[in-house]
Amino acid sequence: MPEAVAPETGTHTISLTIDGAERSIIVDPWTTLLDLLRGPLGKTGTKKGCDHGQCGACTVLIDGKRINSCLTLAVMKDGAEITTIEGLATGDDLHPMQQAFVEHDAFQCGYCTPGQICSAVGLVNEGHAHERHEIRELMSGNICRCGAYTNIVDAVQSVLDQTAKAPTP
Amino acid sequence: MAPSVSHIGQPRNRVDGRLKVTGAARYAAEYQANELLHGYVVVSTIAAGRIVAIDTREARAMPGVVQIFTHLDRQGVSWWDRDWQDDTAPPGHPFRPLHSDRILYDGQPIALVIAESFEAARNAADVVHVLYEVAPHQTDIHAAEADQYEPPKKREGVPPPPEPRGDLDQALAEAAFRVDAEYEQPSEHHNPMELFASTVIYEENDKLTIYDKTQGSQNAQQFVSAVFDLDDVKVVNAYVGGAFGSGLRPRYQLFLAVMAALKLKRSVRLELSRREMFYLSYRPITLQKLSIGADSNGKLLALKHHAVQATSLFEDYQEAVVNWSGLAYQCDNAAFSYTLSQVNTDTPGDMRAPGAATGVFALETAMDELSYAAGIDPLELRLRNYAERDQNMDKEFTSKALRECYAEGAEHFGWSKRQPTPRSMHDGKELVGYGMASGFWDAQVNKAEAKVRLLADGSVEVLTAASDIGTGTYTILAQIAAEAFEIPIDRVKVSIGASDLPTSPVEGGSWMAASVGSAVHLAAEAIKTKLIHRANRHHEAFLPIASADLCVEAGMVKKTDGTGPTISVAELMQAAQWDAVEETGKAGPDMLQMQKYISYTHSAVFVEVRVDEQLGVARVKRIVSAIAAGKILNPKTARSQILGGVVMGVGMAMHEEGLFDHGTGRIMNHNLAEYHVPANADIEDIEVIFVDEHDDKVNPIGVKGLGEIGIVGVAAAIGNAIYHATGKRLRTLPFTIDKIIS
Repeated sequence: MPEAVAPETGTHTISLTIDGAERSIIVDPWTTLLDLLRGPLGKTGTKKGCDHGQCGACTVLIDGKRINSCLTLAVMKDGAEITTIEGLATGDDLHPMQQAFVEHDAFQCGYCTPGQICSAVGLVNEGHAHERHEIRELMSGNICRCGAYTNIVDAVQSVLDQTAKAPTP
Repeated sequence: MAPSVSHIGQPRNRVDGRLKVTGAARYAAEYQANELLHGYVVVSTIAAGRIVAIDTREARAMPGVVQIFTHLDRQGVSWWDRDWQDDTAPPGHPFRPLHSDRILYDGQPIALVIAESFEAARNAADVVHVLYEVAPHQTDIHAAEADQYEPPKKREGVPPPPEPRGDLDQALAEAAFRVDAEYEQPSEHHNPMELFASTVIYEENDKLTIYDKTQGSQNAQQFVSAVFDLDDVKVVNAYVGGAFGSGLRPRYQLFLAVMAALKLKRSVRLELSRREMFYLSYRPITLQKLSIGADSNGKLLALKHHAVQATSLFEDYQEAVVNWSGLAYQCDNAAFSYTLSQVNTDTPGDMRAPGAATGVFALETAMDELSYAAGIDPLELRLRNYAERDQNMDKEFTSKALRECYAEGAEHFGWSKRQPTPRSMHDGKELVGYGMASGFWDAQVNKAEAKVRLLADGSVEVLTAASDIGTGTYTILAQIAAEAFEIPIDRVKVSIGASDLPTSPVEGGSWMAASVGSAVHLAAEAIKTKLIHRANRHHEAFLPIASADLCVEAGMVKKTDGTGPTISVAELMQAAQWDAVEETGKAGPDMLQMQKYISYTHSAVFVEVRVDEQLGVARVKRIVSAIAAGKILNPKTARSQILGGVVMGVGMAMHEEGLFDHGTGRIMNHNLAEYHVPANADIEDIEVIFVDEHDDKVNPIGVKGLGEIGIVGVAAAIGNAIYHATGKRLRTLPFTIDKIIS
């Protein structure tokens, strides 16, 4: 992947498409994608809960796959398409997963929620989860200290059911 | 005319839900400022001693570093303990960051690096070199227990152990059945998902706007104002990413960020790491001893309960641990005691149902032991000893629907299918166990004020400095106001989470809905009274009618019997040339009522566990939690509160334990990989039942609060189920594989 390195400062110039907007960004090689999002880019919808890949609050979608942005150096993702919680809704219309989280009260404090929702969207894309026990297992990378787990499973299940019912094009 | 709408008691989605699912809700570390500086904390790596030298030269030379603060260059702050004591502080000398060279616990903040970027501050913090003189420390409560003491000064708001009653020794001697047992609980760490953070926006003349992770903006505001002697400070906590008690007291990042902002005259953000959060506050390590004696019918004759809890070297943190044993069941001969032991840690703090989660674990495990000793069904044993009166306080309950909790919980769970003998129920190679426990928590009202404003267009604003830490405060206050004025919930704008709003207590103790909710209700009623008086005095048609016969209904002032003149509120306000009608409601404890009555929330928890003995693995298959908590304002968010308490109870029972290396005095598992909190896979089925409980004495809206009751009793019910499955009685939390398999 071509990337420009400034020899004097060691900074890299990378290109990222974030929530549909393409941007060229100068980053230090040690800056994580999470710190880039929350800091210079001001996209604070993505949360920092541990910075160690242990809690899942920082989950975003890269090319449709869920990843921990705290364990990802920004320079590694030159050219990638990133969707954060802030890019899931279409205008005023919430993404079905966001709507399901509201309807099922699948959060309380809301801090793990962006990561939970991105993770759940990634889980649906993966296509491995069908039953409740599979959702529980495959959503276990996202900790919710408020303990909304059963409601999170209800929300994800409802979206999976909608997806299953929708006619395949 | 708009149809009459009902909001209270309806399952409503959170009014802040959309902001939370789109990432638009902003938390303390998420506010921007021009030329914002970033902090990173250096913490001590010894548990006791002093700093001989701190070498910051290498760190200062790193690019982007602005300043490094240590105890050598901390600026002047208040000397008085009282300025450092926030609303919830226990007796003692509050910890003062960077105060001196003394080290009192591992993980104590000893330096603050301020830099132009987060990464620069973090990098520099790594090369701050510290030379220590090490002194002996103690983190093992089993050793510290030898020096246990009764706290000489009692903590405000925490009742001391109840007075002894009857003749305990004789009653114990006469008992047909006895249980004498000891229970142990490790440190538990709150671990809200949001990291503790403060963003301090600095403006000229030391004007500060602080976005802080706190359960009480006014508590934090008063702390900063007193410690730094400032008079223009505003604290905002519009959204709080969980706290569970850890945000009751101002945390050290608040002090450090304000200190740096004042010194550098720049805005500063300081966000702690997950590791540092293990060093601020925790549910205290506790040892308990219980003796229970019962007659041949299982009626309690005698009860003795002692607890010793860890505290820091500088404050006497206290909880009501043993008190619950004096009010849970009818027992005429009883004695209670409570002591502290000092360890080299930060001062412990309130964590969800402080004292009750701990004390009721021991009591309800001991009651289960008694049930097997006496050969009485555990549920039947509790019914035989049902308390109709609080013997600690010699007061009547405002209401107590615990019997209904037992009955409805047992029915939904299928308790009648339980085989009495341990190890008698199987499913394949797994042992099946049923266990139950009761739960108790205070239903309190605290002083609170709320301003309600009715605007000319019929919409309503609610203003109060309350917090919403995930509890649903925004939503229930909107419901209460919408109900009062019979308007849709989206016509109510709720402004909370800032220190310049009307006075509210910290969000804790499960008192928020009852206190602030009552204040909103009273303010709304005062507005209606004002409208009635206006109509009564200034509109001819109403002049002959007694104001007591008038009401405000669906936007109209009219007679309660529906006859006679009517006038719309809008017309009334226009005629009076009022843009808005505004009233402040004040709620607080009813001292007269409290002389005769006392109020608690109650629960009955039923648990099924499955145990694979070969692997030593127990899993919690299902939990039914039946709750009596007065009126339920919003069954949807209320259920979530209970689910959350139950899940934290599963963590307490099965996973959570701060593992100290007593050699170094350090918590070794200070991260979310090694300190396990329940994950999604750990939680199977939970059913929440709210039983009917009408209470017209507890407060004007009949609400008792739900934040804590969900966790109380859960750990005991799980342990009791494990006993029923395996015949193995576990008295030390958490119930990990090593204990089940041994």
